[in-house]
Amino acid sequence: MTDATASDVAPDTRATGRTLYIASVVFLCAWVIVPIYFLLINTLSSPETVNSFPKPFWPEFDLGSLTFFAGFAGMLTALKNSVIVAAMTMVMSIVIGAPAGYALSRFEFPGKGLFRLLILLTRAFPLPLLALPLAVMFIQTGLDDTAFGLALVHTTLAIPFAVLITFSLFSGIPMELEEAAWTLGCTRLTAFTKVVLPLILPGITASAIFAFVISWNEVFAAAVLTIENRTLTAFLLQNLDTSPLHLKFAGGFILVVPALIFIFAVRKYLFAMWGIANR
Amino acid sequence: MNARILPYVLILPVTLFLCLFFLYPFVLVSKQAFSTGAGFTLDNFREVVSYWKFPISMQNTLLLAAAVVPVQLALALLMATMVNKMQKGRDIVLYIWTIPLGISDLAAGIIWLAIFEQSGFLNSMMSGLGIVDQPVNFLSYQHPGVVFLAIALAEIWRATAIMLVILVAGIGLIPKEYYEAAEVFGASPWKRFTRITLPMLRPSLQTALVLRVILAFEIFAVVAALGGTLFPVLMGETYAYQFDLLNSGAAAAMALIILGISIAFTLVILRVLRVPKGATI
Repeated sequence: MTDATASDVAPDTRATGRTLYIASVVFLCAWVIVPIYFLLINTLSSPETVNSFPKPFWPEFDLGSLTFFAGFAGMLTALKNSVIVAAMTMVMSIVIGAPAGYALSRFEFPGKGLFRLLILLTRAFPLPLLALPLAVMFIQTGLDDTAFGLALVHTTLAIPFAVLITFSLFSGIPMELEEAAWTLGCTRLTAFTKVVLPLILPGITASAIFAFVISWNEVFAAAVLTIENRTLTAFLLQNLDTSPLHLKFAGGFILVVPALIFIFAVRKYLFAMWGIANR
Repeated sequence: MNARILPYVLILPVTLFLCLFFLYPFVLVSKQAFSTGAGFTLDNFREVVSYWKFPISMQNTLLLAAAVVPVQLALALLMATMVNKMQKGRDIVLYIWTIPLGISDLAAGIIWLAIFEQSGFLNSMMSGLGIVDQPVNFLSYQHPGVVFLAIALAEIWRATAIMLVILVAGIGLIPKEYYEAAEVFGASPWKRFTRITLPMLRPSLQTALVLRVILAFEIFAVVAALGGTLFPVLMGETYAYQFDLLNSGAAAAMALIILGISIAFTLVILRVLRVPKGATI
């Protein structure tokens, strides 16, 4: 008898647990998506609707806000600047960072520990603050208010990630593959370009995208270092007090869109990157 | 090229770059903070600390970090364990949960502004349900609690994803055998979580907490979008010194204070969660 009641209860609690589990997964997904959906509604509504009350809960697919955004003086230039700076950051952090990642994964050398410490140290610092002294340095060298100057600061932000991520990616490719290529007549360089590079390319792309996003999203250094050539984040920040709601929301949405695409593109690598970068 | 020199050639660009754009500016900012034109002085620090907004912005920053980081840690742990035993739909759920990782703090602030502003969605919902007759201006000085809540929610919404990613990666590294053994000995799921997952996850918890706490002290754009001047924080004050007051010495002093707090907390976290030597997986 007791057996029967026990087996009666067990599936029941399990089912409740299962329902609770699924409910919390759904709730947490909604917690992420619903706020973005609200922003989407505001972006795809006419300026009048955005400033009216109460709000509709579905978009009216009016491009008024977005047109206003595109027509706002300086906005498209700011958008262009953001893309340029982010692209520069992407290229620089990979070109400078990837060789170091390769060195860390393939060689044991004196000073390796010290070098890793330097990389890890940068993560423990509020880096955007370094934009303050750099502002002075850039004025002296003529780099002030240029996309390149800002890209240099953003590269500092992105480089620790680029090094650690490429380090973990290269570690995932067995040394034996390269050694086999050497025995078949490849030099170190050709072995790298013909064997390692094709295998690593998707991962490199993912970490490049990561660098792009870091730069695209950065606010403080961008606001400190640019005056005429504002990036989109700096421009929006500067105009927060004065700009109308529909401009803020459309601007915010433009900031979010690349993020959605980029995270989707790198989703497979996200966890592999952090797995080894942890150690 | 010789295999002895090659690694140094490969790390040279990063080292040079970081010396020029990380170590050197750090020296510069320290110099700037400790001088007002002639010789060593603490005047900048005295000026910054005695300003009436300093205690309140310090308090706000610390309170916010204290409210946000524990919630994020708990939430990230919960999400990571949930995702870990998921069979169907793991990829799509993980994608959705990591979306905020790519969203800037400014955009997150704007997103939550859409909810909390006077004609926003919270007011629309509340009036639809008949709770309020008139839309309430939540983000004003009459509702300091709501301003704090809005900023905290935006931060939790945005920055839990980075902890989640680190923790999911960390859990993936824990060998399955430990769990199998625990199950053989009849350990409950909760026991398995506290006795295996948490201790084994210590290196990841360390990384996640250090990163999050440092970013929490740097909070700036979320506050600018939601609270404006209603809720002064350290980073916002630094920006104000640099731009509105054109006092770069004071801004540098603020920067060093934020740096000091960050380093202090990093050391505490590393100490509390230290991994015994040889105990890594």
